[in-house]
Amino acid sequence: MKILTGNDLKSGAVVWWSGEGWSIYVDDAVDVGEQADEIMAREEAARRVNVPYSLDATHEEDGKVRPAHIKDRVRALGPTVRPDLTLKPQNPEALDWVI
Amino acid sequence: MYKYDNYDQQMVDARVEEFRDQAKRRLEGKLTEDQFKPLRLMNGLYLQLHAYMLRVAIPYGTLNSRQMSALGDIADKYDRGYGHFTTRQNIQYNWIKLEDAADILEDLSKVEMHAIQTSGNCIRNISSDHFAGATHDELVDPRPYAELLRQWSSFHPEFTYLPRKFKIAVIAAEKDRAAMRLHDIGIQIVKNDAGEIGARFYVGGGMGRTPMIAPMIRDFVPLDQLVTYAEACLRVYNRYGRRDNKYKARIKILVHELGKEEYTRQVEEEFAHLLKQGVEPPREELERIKPFFADPPFEDGPKTVDRSDPDFALWVDRNTVRHKHDSYVSAVISLKPVGGIPGDATGEQIRIMARLARQYSFDELRVMHTQNIVLPHVKIADLHALWTQLDAADLGAPNLDTIEDIIACPGLDYCALANARSIPLAQRISESFDQSGKTSELGELKLKISGCINACGHHHAGHIGILGVDKKGKENYQLSLGGSEAEDVSLAKITGPGFDEDGVIEAVETVTDVYLARREEGERFLDTYRRIGMTPFKEALYGK
Repeated sequence: MKILTGNDLKSGAVVWWSGEGWSIYVDDAVDVGEQADEIMAREEAARRVNVPYSLDATHEEDGKVRPAHIKDRVRALGPTVRPDLTLKPQNPEALDWVI
Repeated sequence: MYKYDNYDQQMVDARVEEFRDQAKRRLEGKLTEDQFKPLRLMNGLYLQLHAYMLRVAIPYGTLNSRQMSALGDIADKYDRGYGHFTTRQNIQYNWIKLEDAADILEDLSKVEMHAIQTSGNCIRNISSDHFAGATHDELVDPRPYAELLRQWSSFHPEFTYLPRKFKIAVIAAEKDRAAMRLHDIGIQIVKNDAGEIGARFYVGGGMGRTPMIAPMIRDFVPLDQLVTYAEACLRVYNRYGRRDNKYKARIKILVHELGKEEYTRQVEEEFAHLLKQGVEPPREELERIKPFFADPPFEDGPKTVDRSDPDFALWVDRNTVRHKHDSYVSAVISLKPVGGIPGDATGEQIRIMARLARQYSFDELRVMHTQNIVLPHVKIADLHALWTQLDAADLGAPNLDTIEDIIACPGLDYCALANARSIPLAQRISESFDQSGKTSELGELKLKISGCINACGHHHAGHIGILGVDKKGKENYQLSLGGSEAEDVSLAKITGPGFDEDGVIEAVETVTDVYLARREEGERFLDTYRRIGMTPFKEALYGK
């Protein structure tokens, strides 16, 4: 699947296109198929996202979305060396799928 | 240390207001990201892997306690409670919001700091010897010259859009603690046969994807022509540097392609031309700057410490360095606790270091390019009290220049350019050697880790260097041996095929075992490597 990511303009936070807006959770990301360029142009022009790009990902059986490249997986959760600053600070095992 | 005059302050204040307006226009949609990006980069604001990152300039790594304390406050007020000290003697914040950026710059301006020229193709923060003004082995304090160059290079209209970024280091000792010959320009303050002080110029060094050691192009430039000669070096580069290819745009490529002799010839021609133009600042400016770096009022006192506490004695042996006054030392605060993140300090730790500088070091601190902090002037009599407070704040690791004192770039955990993580390797290696107890036995061993070819972790200059690469979507690590960024400068050589994360940690163990088995008395790891060569290490790593 193709998904979209970028950064929130004001906060810089990593966000993912959910089909209706931008979510900080990669599991909310949806397949954009051939519409990536159109969505990115529209959303960037509206200042709802900054520096968006599309990337390959897989949709796991448990419903989780997993970016194909390690860099995007680190982006999706947070720094592996600071679990307390990731999106799942209470769950150290959340990092297992990143590496 | 240097204090802003009205001109310095007005310049920085004006830049804050200019950036405030630019950020506002970006948030209102009046500037696109393409328009805004070069503007934010000129103020040190990057967009990194997780968020905006702000890099703050610390000229030649020198700070007073008020500035240091402000850096701690910024970490708590605007970031997530910590900052990261870098290999260019700066500090970076990893979680900055664009809407806060101008306020941060305003807070910095109130303590005579800024983030100007910490990015972009301009002359970056001037670096220097972190023991400048304190060490026993320097000719003069190099910082007045670094400050003169800072003023010259700040907003220099001709050098705002160079072919690529440009880094200058200034030292004044034979011992090179600033990686001087791995800079675009390395300047060593020297004395000639007539007893005059002048500057020796090395040009065209650097790390990155094409590491090169800068050749010397002039062995003596009179001090009243220092800026003019630097200007000539930059002008030739600005005219002929490879703007067509980002990867060949650094001055090292120009010097290499032209050849040292031809580059030098062009610089000398330009220098002769510039001398007639009178671009050198008036001598009075250097004389105005010098008193800011005068010695503090040192007092005689005890010259030894009570070594009855073995932990304290170990810290004194490892983390204090001889001072030019025999009742003082320079004390190094390690930001490398076992298993910690090299260079990171919490807001509270930063404020504690500021307070200790005020209490014990004439209000002064230095950032080392090895990502540690120096209190340059500590009375030997105060060392135990200082160590006790450092230890209580988890700042007392006794590991300067050991295998646990690792340089590591932020790597893939934070950096958008990285291919692999650096920090976890540093954490695991320091834990492993701490547990095995081999750290002391190994002595001086400089291990440096970069997460990509840009070499922010200085892996080319490590006695042991590690470079993270992307191998079909997996992290892979190349091991290299034999580098040095000191006065015995050399570039490390790759051992052979790379390793995965576990493999490279084992490989580091293996090469240190070879060293321990083969070393002769008094040899450091680097000395043994240079004597026996790569072959024994390769055989141990890969078999015969």
